[in-house]
Amino acid sequence: MASETPLCPECDGEVEIPADAMENELVSCAECGMELEIMNLDPLELELAPEVEEDWGE
Amino acid sequence: MRVALLVTHIRAEEKLILAAFNKRDISPDIILDRELNFEITQGADQLAPSGIAWRDYDLVFERCVSTSRGMYALAILNNWGLRTFNTYETAAACADKLRTSIALMKCGIPQPHTRVAFTPESAMQAIEDVRYPAVLKPVTGSWGRLLARVHNRDSAEAILEHRQTLGDYNHHTYYVQEYIDKPGRDIRAFVVGDRTIAAIYRASNHWITNTARGGLATNCPVTDQLNDICVRAAHAVGGGILAVDLLEDAVGDFVVNEINHTMEFRNSSKPTGVDIAQEVIDFVIGQIGVVA
Repeated sequence: MASETPLCPECDGEVEIPADAMENELVSCAECGMELEIMNLDPLELELAPEVEEDWGE
Repeated sequence: MRVALLVTHIRAEEKLILAAFNKRDISPDIILDRELNFEITQGADQLAPSGIAWRDYDLVFERCVSTSRGMYALAILNNWGLRTFNTYETAAACADKLRTSIALMKCGIPQPHTRVAFTPESAMQAIEDVRYPAVLKPVTGSWGRLLARVHNRDSAEAILEHRQTLGDYNHHTYYVQEYIDKPGRDIRAFVVGDRTIAAIYRASNHWITNTARGGLATNCPVTDQLNDICVRAAHAVGGGILAVDLLEDAVGDFVVNEINHTMEFRNSSKPTGVDIAQEVIDFVIGQIGVVA
């Protein structure tokens, strides 16, 4: 995994990535609260997670 | 043993599930539902997005947060003869609250008094039949979205007009339940096959107690009575790996509120002391090779 701290695509804040992060894992930006998806681990790429749709849930 | 984990994206639950598989020396292929592109008639010989033919999977474990994607994928895969958890039949029964109610009714399992109507006028009558406060729910949906506790005729008229005007046809099936005056909590029980492995109380000052909405989870002892109704409810919708949500009525009897087929459990292992992911995966592995 790349060593630099990735930036939130929404607010440019630094996003903490867990050591056991996986591709397509959801993480949150601590600064703006936006939900993000890890699209790639090396190099780290974050995108805004898809909006919750009406049929999403358990 | 070859396993596919079908997901919308990776959440805490999926990481726990992958870790539980890994502990049994199984590394599932992760398949994203956004990448699915089935040719229906070609069957299980066609390749999954992983590059592996679907028929080479001993099991597909469906964990999509998108109910429709997961359910239709299960419909296709089951009809191609693949073993999945849960099955399409179970998912379809759980994804629709009206179908869940019918399944519970057929098996004589207690549930809140429920009525269904298809126009605002008949829905108003249904609400007044169950009496105020009544609960109006969409038949599909989760995480407590668009639930309404209706206290009087004025609010009933407003909610029904909004549903009829702003909602699509799914919101024109009016599913109305009596309000159960529960003791500030409900119960979520985790059923794996024929066993209730754990349960939590979900407490909240709000009448909606979902942990997704801030409900606080504490351990709920699995009594014989609780286990019995949960296992019967799970079997009523086809069985598998399920979260049964129950309410306690005024005299402390259980009624089944809903059943979830892609359960969230990240907040439940700690208070119960049960490794829910490992229980689920050990059950799943044990079922591979067992005739469906």
